[in-house]
Amino acid sequence: MMIEALIGVALLGALVTFLAPNRIAGKLAFAISLVPAALSLWMFTAFDGSGNALLDGELAFESQMEWIQLADYSISWFVGLDGISLPLVVLTTVLTSLAIMSSWTPIDERESQFYGLVLFIEANLIGVFTALDFFVWFIFWEAVLIPMYLLIGIWGGPRRKYAAIKFFVYTNVASLVMFGAFIALVFGLDVSSFALPEITDAMLNGGPDAFLGVGGTTLASVVFVAMFLGFAVKVPIVPFHTWLPDAHVEAPTPASVLLAGVLLKMGTYALLRFNFTMFPTEIIEPFVIPIAAIAVISVIYGAMLALAQTDLKRIVAYSSVSSMGYVILGLIAFTQFGVGGATFQMVSHGLISGLMFMAVGVIYNATHTRMVTDMSGMADRMPVAVGILIAGAFGYMGLPLMSGFAAEYFIFFGAFGSDLLAYAPIFTALAMFGIVIVAGYLLFALQRAVFGPYHLETDYEVSRAPLHDVAPMFVLLGLIIALGVAPDLIFEMITDAVNPLLESANGGEL
Amino acid sequence: MAVLDLPAWAGLAPALILAGTAILLFLLDSISSRSMNRAVLAGTATAGAIASLGVAVWFTVAGVGAPGMENGHGVITLFDGGEAFVGDGLFVVDQLALFFMIIVAVVTALVAVASYDYMDGHAHQAEYYSLLVLAATGMSLMAAANSLVTIFIALELASLPSYALVSILKDNRGSVEGGLKYFLIGAVSSAIFLYGISLVYGATGVMQLDLIADELASGEVDPYGGLLGLGILMLIGGFAFKTASVPFHFWAPEAYEGAPAPISAFLSSASKAAGFVIAFRVFTTAFPVDVTGSVIGVDWTLAFIVLAIVTMTVGNFAAATQSNVKRMLAYSSIGHAGYALIGLAGLTADGGELVMGAAMMHLLVYGFMNTGAFLFVALAEYWGVGRTFEDYNGLARQAPIACVALAVFMFSLAGIPPFGGFWSKYFLFTGALEAGLLVVAAALVVNSALSLYYYSRLVKAVWIEDPVVDRDALGQPTGLYAAIVFAAVMTVLLLPGFGPVVDVAIDAAAAII
Repeated sequence: MMIEALIGVALLGALVTFLAPNRIAGKLAFAISLVPAALSLWMFTAFDGSGNALLDGELAFESQMEWIQLADYSISWFVGLDGISLPLVVLTTVLTSLAIMSSWTPIDERESQFYGLVLFIEANLIGVFTALDFFVWFIFWEAVLIPMYLLIGIWGGPRRKYAAIKFFVYTNVASLVMFGAFIALVFGLDVSSFALPEITDAMLNGGPDAFLGVGGTTLASVVFVAMFLGFAVKVPIVPFHTWLPDAHVEAPTPASVLLAGVLLKMGTYALLRFNFTMFPTEIIEPFVIPIAAIAVISVIYGAMLALAQTDLKRIVAYSSVSSMGYVILGLIAFTQFGVGGATFQMVSHGLISGLMFMAVGVIYNATHTRMVTDMSGMADRMPVAVGILIAGAFGYMGLPLMSGFAAEYFIFFGAFGSDLLAYAPIFTALAMFGIVIVAGYLLFALQRAVFGPYHLETDYEVSRAPLHDVAPMFVLLGLIIALGVAPDLIFEMITDAVNPLLESANGGEL
Repeated sequence: MAVLDLPAWAGLAPALILAGTAILLFLLDSISSRSMNRAVLAGTATAGAIASLGVAVWFTVAGVGAPGMENGHGVITLFDGGEAFVGDGLFVVDQLALFFMIIVAVVTALVAVASYDYMDGHAHQAEYYSLLVLAATGMSLMAAANSLVTIFIALELASLPSYALVSILKDNRGSVEGGLKYFLIGAVSSAIFLYGISLVYGATGVMQLDLIADELASGEVDPYGGLLGLGILMLIGGFAFKTASVPFHFWAPEAYEGAPAPISAFLSSASKAAGFVIAFRVFTTAFPVDVTGSVIGVDWTLAFIVLAIVTMTVGNFAAATQSNVKRMLAYSSIGHAGYALIGLAGLTADGGELVMGAAMMHLLVYGFMNTGAFLFVALAEYWGVGRTFEDYNGLARQAPIACVALAVFMFSLAGIPPFGGFWSKYFLFTGALEAGLLVVAAALVVNSALSLYYYSRLVKAVWIEDPVVDRDALGQPTGLYAAIVFAAVMTVLLLPGFGPVVDVAIDAAAAII
């Protein structure tokens, strides 16, 4: 019942916070969010699962309960953790606590509603990463949209209404496409429940029968594409990325932290779980090269777009498109280091982008501008916050001993040696070129905003950030370095869950 | 259970309790019309509705109406008409009837509670409540009626008080005009319905639904196929009016807009559900698809396939263009009638009970979410904030709890998890797929996606937009708040607790198909 406790505390906390007076809402939400964070860290130490949840693995903290029986199908409350989901759950709970603390300064109206929504998102995100029944998973998946829509729409920047609607419509339509396709697939399969392990088993051993006059193999291929598109919007990868910069730039800092830190991982996590685990290699094979191409284009194009921006937040936002491209490349490589590295990158990017958004937020609070062209010499005025920004930027660039390096190294190493992906070395080399551009735009931005003489052309008095603004960033930086120095903190756990997937894809071999 | 020892007529208890409550309200009013406390009136009406609900739930749980149970506590039939008739009787209390009695009672209770604040200061309070409960009695009887005669009488018993309720705000032009339109169109469609009944009677010589089916099966009706077909078409017209389906939907936006908002909630939820239950019963019991098809030469599900698609599309597109919140909800409720029509459109398939059960589930969930949405409009009218989307801007700053409830209703109506509307729409979707109605399933998805646009517009107005004008502090009327919050809580709780609803609905549907 541990997972239920995590979700339940967050949900109840959301309700309590919503009804609490504005004055204490921030502190209250932080205190509440420490409970799931502590619980999930305890779960991390007590984790005893092994293998992949969808491929007959041993689940940790599993619980399953009949829910609805309809005609030939049963829907059950089914949650559990394996080595892929656990790091993401910990990322969610920790990042939520930190995001709440970092919102104490910028959020100054309707606080109880704001923090209530943040806790509501947390509950649903934990649900997404733990659910093992398609319906439970989908309910959490969709339920994330509503609070995010409101967070962007109410507390966002000047173009918040446009950004909120765009976010909502884009991701919801994508979800509907994915949902319809998946239901059609299940109708064609010989299964009696929506439990993901059972569906995976049926897919890998036989696949779907014809449904509505469409042949089994064709159905599987069509569903693969539809689901890929559905998740690609969430990730997002080029050309479905246009909602992201809008949403990011308009969203309040804590929402950006959660959006980049965790929400984008929903897409890659779902790709890994559904597209790359459930479908047999024969179905995936024709799509390998196009997907790898899209991944490389995302990496390069995202980085180029970031290079062209002058708004610090926009730079970080576009860089997410680029980083998520690496994840897709790692996944499609289908090697231990590729898929494992991609999962590692999900966590690593969650920490680093969270840190970057917080740092940009702190600078914005102090200067009321995010334009690198307006800033100069911030290092003199806000040494601590800027120091952390620089450290985060180095993490992004893949400086050794930081988690970004480990993640990218794993991905490139894994992708280079891919058997499934033809011309793997060429794709990898092209993607590696992205690192150069990343270094380019980050150094360029830092050089203009941070160094040089101080001549900020606004009326605001720049003051040092208070401790509660900086503390969460230190925690994140600590985690980034910890994972960079010792990737095995989570990488072993991840590969343990990834290996069965590769064995099933390569016919029993790693 | 003690229910087993009750006499057979007690099967109609949910409707009889409502009838008794209506009479009691009249009595209370005649004892002391001026000094009557509106708390007593609203309380009596609510207590009656809750008692009716309690009995209906109790009967369902105890297994009344479940086929195959012995000793008279299975399906209860009443007034079988002596030896001349050998059918099921003029009324049948089965699971289908009880399911819809529950919907009617729930909506009536919610509306009665909410009316306590809404009708504050209006004249004719006692009349209002007794007409409300009387209309609910008619709807409850519609759920159990098993003969074209009793159906028609129950239908009129539900309709006549409704006409009066719509125009009860005598000083309000919209209310009077809406009531008049509703009455005129209602009278015409009653005439059409009655004519349809007479044609069916002319072709078959019987009124009782199961006997009509027997006559059709015997083959003696074959020469009158055309007559029967015309009769069925006219019956469909009558249902289309009651359920506000295209092409008899024109009255709905006018009547809902003009009526007091709690009455709009009542008409669009309870009255619509009652219209559907007769449609379900008449078309499954009296006109089984295969037999009827061979007599009249056409498969009547075809008519419902067309009606379903057209109704949901017209309703949704019209709703998307409204600037008045109440009209938007009125058109969206036309759209939802289209979803529920899938229940009849998909009956031909093997999994017919799944489709019809899904439609019943949708009507139950709809009873909470749609009633709640209209009650929010009632709250806004109580506050006097105006009627357009712009007038609703920024309400969440002043009334966050009611606006959370509104967001729940809107997202649930759009069919987004984690709310009850997600399940019922999903089951309609799978039902349509199983029945092979790919076009209907696709129309459902496209319309749902479209509906999100205008539902989220209302959420955006109250939560995201800033108020256009400065408002005074808004009151917190207890009754309205209680009803709205209860409806919202139920809309949320229906998601985890949907299992029993599925079982009851599917069993009830399977029993009469």
